[in-house]
Amino acid sequence: MSSRRPEDASYSAVVNAGDYWIHEIKAAQIFRIVDLEGNQAVDTLFYNAHDTEERYSATDTIAAQRNIYLTTGTKLMSTFRKSMLTIIDDTCGRHDTLGGACSAESNQVRYAVDKRHMHACRDSFLRAIADPKWKLSKRDITANINFFMNVPVTPEGKLTFEDGISEPLKYVEMRADMDVLCLISNCPQLNNPCNAYNPTPVQVLIWD
Amino acid sequence: MSLWQETIHGGAGWSLLLRRGNTLRLEDTEGGANVGALFFNKDFPVERYNMPDTLKAQHTAHLTKGFVLYSDMGRVLCSITDDSCGWHDPLAGHNDAAAAAAKYGEANYQKHRNAWHRNTRDNFVIEAEKYGLDARDLGPNVNFFSKVVVDPDGSMRFVPGNSKVGDFVDLRAEMDLLVFLDTGQHPLDPNPKYEPKPVKFYVSKSDPVAADDLCRNSRPENERGFINTERYCL
Repeated sequence: MSSRRPEDASYSAVVNAGDYWIHEIKAAQIFRIVDLEGNQAVDTLFYNAHDTEERYSATDTIAAQRNIYLTTGTKLMSTFRKSMLTIIDDTCGRHDTLGGACSAESNQVRYAVDKRHMHACRDSFLRAIADPKWKLSKRDITANINFFMNVPVTPEGKLTFEDGISEPLKYVEMRADMDVLCLISNCPQLNNPCNAYNPTPVQVLIWD
Repeated sequence: MSLWQETIHGGAGWSLLLRRGNTLRLEDTEGGANVGALFFNKDFPVERYNMPDTLKAQHTAHLTKGFVLYSDMGRVLCSITDDSCGWHDPLAGHNDAAAAAAKYGEANYQKHRNAWHRNTRDNFVIEAEKYGLDARDLGPNVNFFSKVVVDPDGSMRFVPGNSKVGDFVDLRAEMDLLVFLDTGQHPLDPNPKYEPKPVKFYVSKSDPVAADDLCRNSRPENERGFINTERYCL
């Protein structure tokens, strides 16, 4: 368990379900995400704050550690194969990086063609990066991390969405290994039983 | 009858347009090949192959006959209508220059001419730049002919010998596509030698998509993906 106390954090915010959060985290700062009510999916992307061409790479991260699950000790690798952040504490146990972010269009495929109107993570990502100061566009939205999501793969090559293994106040904590820009969509998904059809808020904290 | 057939040298990048109604066959002529591949909407390349959407729509972590490749826009880019190999890897990505040099040593152009060591990342970047795209447009790729098994603890295991001499996979374009291919070795292939294999490709007219089409009917998600794609192509 981490010894860091929330009252000592230099930054703290609650991100409500269906909202986005975009924020810079400096090298050596500690970043924690708290699943306040349990089994929430926190769709997360990272970019090098000084050169956003370098960004989180799901494939490089899992290939580097030869394991698809993210947990304590995992280095979140960039497309330049450098460590962007290292997970240093994880009371949930593991996190997904294969399931991606929901979108209006993927909801049509997964659930029903008439679901296109429903709020979705990728709309939040796009709304967040619409501010030109971030110098990001849709092509920068790549395969993300789903903190607190449980997406097992079987040896036969099946991918399944299982009930969550997170619980209220479970958290994941990481150390930034470079200055990063963090982009979060706190997932608004209402079609999937993995969050009991009830998306909930999360807390983000940063310690210097 | 193929309209076009050609061999891609081992370790080489390639790109081509593949129109709706045509099928691309990749053939492993020597056995043990790997083909990294990325797919884009030819007209709006900001729509492209999306690994997570492909996996979660079909509840799979491998690709073979009956599966389709999804774009990030809920549409089917292409369908795997035939496959003699049985498993293609969508998980492990590709090597870059540093990773390839660490594994295979360096062999520069000045000394080795066109037998120099190349890497998938640089080859993809070169193909991307040819169409006004760049490194920001590169995401997780498919590795055709390669097999990576995920064990119950999540660990990833490369399975050697997955593809035999003559194995092939057929990709039926459902939209007009821009396709990047690279015949570099798989990033988890333990072979320490630089031995990328050539691959032969064929472009031919597809058979009409019948009402009982395997890929369209393999799961209700794919039926909806095809509906989205047909509406886009009206």
